[in-house]
Amino acid sequence: MSATIEFVIDGKEIQGQPGQTILEAAQQAGVYIPRLCYMKGLVPHGSCRVCTVLVNGRPQSACTQPVAPGMVVENNTEKVTALRRNIVEMLFVEGNHFCMFCEKSGNCELQALAYRLGIAAPKYPYLFPTRDIDMSHPDVFIDRNRCILCGRCVRASRDVDGKHVFDFVGRGPHKRVAVNAEVRLADTNLDVRDKAAEACPVGAIMKKRVGYAVPIGQRLYDHKPIGSEIENGKK
Amino acid sequence: MSDNLATVVRDICRKYGRERGRLMDIVRAVQEKFGCVSGPAMDLIAKEVGVRRVQVASVVTFYAFLSEQPKGQVVIRLCNDIIDQMAGAPDVARAFEEELGISFGQTTPDGKFSLEYAACIGMCDQAPAALVNDVPVTELSTDAARRIVRDLRKHMDPSRLVHRLGDGNNAHELVHAMVMNNIHLRGPVIFTPANRGEAIRKALAMTPAEVIRAVKTSRLRGRGGAGFPTGMKWEFTRAAPGDRKYIVCNADEGEPGTFKDRVLLTELPDRVFAGMTIAGYAVGAAEGILYLRAEYAYLQRFLEDLLDKRRAENLLGQNICGKAGFNFDIRIQMGAGAYVCGEETALLSSAEGSRGDPKNRPPFPAQKGYLDCPTVVNNVETLACVTKILEAGPATFSEHGSPGSTGTKLLSISGDCKVPGVFEVPFGIKLSEVLKLAGGEDAIAVQVGGASGQMIAREEFGRTICFDDLATGGSVMIFGPERNVLEVADKFMEFFVEESCGYCTPCRVGNVLLKERLERVIAGQGEPADLEYLQDLGQTIKTMSRCGLGQTSANPVLTTLKNFRATYNALVKKRTDGLQPAFDLGAAVGEAETIIGRKSEHAHA
Repeated sequence: MSATIEFVIDGKEIQGQPGQTILEAAQQAGVYIPRLCYMKGLVPHGSCRVCTVLVNGRPQSACTQPVAPGMVVENNTEKVTALRRNIVEMLFVEGNHFCMFCEKSGNCELQALAYRLGIAAPKYPYLFPTRDIDMSHPDVFIDRNRCILCGRCVRASRDVDGKHVFDFVGRGPHKRVAVNAEVRLADTNLDVRDKAAEACPVGAIMKKRVGYAVPIGQRLYDHKPIGSEIENGKK
Repeated sequence: MSDNLATVVRDICRKYGRERGRLMDIVRAVQEKFGCVSGPAMDLIAKEVGVRRVQVASVVTFYAFLSEQPKGQVVIRLCNDIIDQMAGAPDVARAFEEELGISFGQTTPDGKFSLEYAACIGMCDQAPAALVNDVPVTELSTDAARRIVRDLRKHMDPSRLVHRLGDGNNAHELVHAMVMNNIHLRGPVIFTPANRGEAIRKALAMTPAEVIRAVKTSRLRGRGGAGFPTGMKWEFTRAAPGDRKYIVCNADEGEPGTFKDRVLLTELPDRVFAGMTIAGYAVGAAEGILYLRAEYAYLQRFLEDLLDKRRAENLLGQNICGKAGFNFDIRIQMGAGAYVCGEETALLSSAEGSRGDPKNRPPFPAQKGYLDCPTVVNNVETLACVTKILEAGPATFSEHGSPGSTGTKLLSISGDCKVPGVFEVPFGIKLSEVLKLAGGEDAIAVQVGGASGQMIAREEFGRTICFDDLATGGSVMIFGPERNVLEVADKFMEFFVEESCGYCTPCRVGNVLLKERLERVIAGQGEPADLEYLQDLGQTIKTMSRCGLGQTSANPVLTTLKNFRATYNALVKKRTDGLQPAFDLGAAVGEAETIIGRKSEHAHA
């Protein structure tokens, strides 16, 4: 089964492999589809909905939708971008994101995506939830104010580290990431070298004692917008 | 105590084979025994079943009927959907609070009573209603509420609250409920006399392919609301590779205002089980699961007993009706209080013992469903139709209804009408005729399809109930002239905020934002731009959400914006001073004024 699957994204012809998702095939062809909950090497989650594209006019998450011959995909259009902007704005107002003093600033995928999509300030009212911080672990902390519930830590710990340190509890607006202990991260077997410790796209799960180590000007997204590494052919 | 906990939890886990897939049954049993699934209990369950504690917590915290904190010996869950509210639930709520001396969400200090609100419990035709543990109490008044508490204080036995029995099988000793069926119109398909076993025998005389062809010929479409052709679903499942296949009956009737599946399961459960068995034969499945919502737990013993009877009559089990090699059995999977589990993939997650999160599609359940095996998920009513189709033939079925929507539809009608209850109507019936049947001609608005459906205005009462016009799983809620349509919409938004699983961003966050702005408009603090804001936000939720719940959750706002625009327009106003209507300058500077000890000249100019 090495036959290629030909389809179109925004007028550009793409050749995908059987079993690939739209996001993977696009990435291989140098087309960036914005995403947050997707992470290479993890089972796609399809939860943030940022990677939503229109497939023959129907919305589908690109990270979970397999490629099919002849599909016409709308990605970087005004209509799709406007919808994505709304989703990213929702994530900003849902939590407490203070970029100006966050250690993740400049390396944060949420922040970088907001810049890329041209969000200056969200049009939605801030919800200012009360959320907790867990500093118990010697090497890693959790700041739930910044959590966007993408589940990357959950999947990384479960599927890569084989530890299942994290999982979701509660539902709806009460949903949060919990740890495999009564309360504290320190009471789990998380190790700072685990995949889960570096899977967070925002500043919710951070390694201690490395904050602000990279000076402004040298951070991941200081010069080029998120996604440009894909568009420039580097994967 | 802790030894006791360890022993009991271990026994419960062993009863369910220490299977991870039976986690729902395990945590339900622990909850029933101890009034909660505490941290230590979660540790014990995790060890027995071979999962992490956080996985158990993940399940326990998802469902409304499960809790980490201890609940009272008796939990009173008052239904607070819009219909119950209109019928007087707020007064009943106050009576319960006064009599118990606690507020909703609290437990009495002696640990005897907890008071909670429930989303629709499927009793809108006899509202206000509540569940006392598993026991439904209906047509409540403030006096009834007080009497219930006083009686319970004497005996603490909810089953003794049933002073009168309902009609039909509600009076059956294994049901023993005061619930009424309220069947007001019996049509030619569902509510007809049946001969137990006839449909199965006829099906078994055919090949599985012929059974599927019969269902296709009838043009039966799914009765849950989405209307997918049933025969096609079966064909996909039959064709899917895999030795083990499953038939799942979706009896998680949670759409506000729906209760027809409750009546079907009370009066015609044989038809439903027969439909499952026929489906099993058609697609090559040996196991069926009836996923029953927790709110209908009072029907569980009755249904289990019926399954036993069917086994004894060889309508279930090995070589059914003498057909060599056809083996099929059914188990009942109880839910634990989550509307989203009515979504078929969320239901499968729940039946597998997990949170009721919907799954990514593809793969579809017909390819990979329950435990990753090809699975048919059909609604209760759909399966009852299947039995009729096999009994009377597809042509007899499809002569009723309209070309695109054959057969009849059960409607659950509630709200401002003379005779709320269940009506079997032919597809294609006009909404105005439905209103006449139920005595609700005064309506100013009708919500068709439950909270996720559409709010229809008078001008459109000529529209028809069918898949091509007003599709509905069966809920028809009638609102009379004294009702405020936007407040109804707001109530539905409250429902969606609470019932969203929280998996995807637009549904989890968007609905909170939608409700906030709708309430601002209702309070007279909105401006014209807020209506565009609502439209854009609602459309984002509809387009970007992952499952059917999210995709329809903005409908209360989107359909009222479309059909009741004048009501919105009358509420919003443009301020002449350039400030936002929601902005109250006086209030904004109030705190500062208190601190400095004088009034602002600008704010009070």
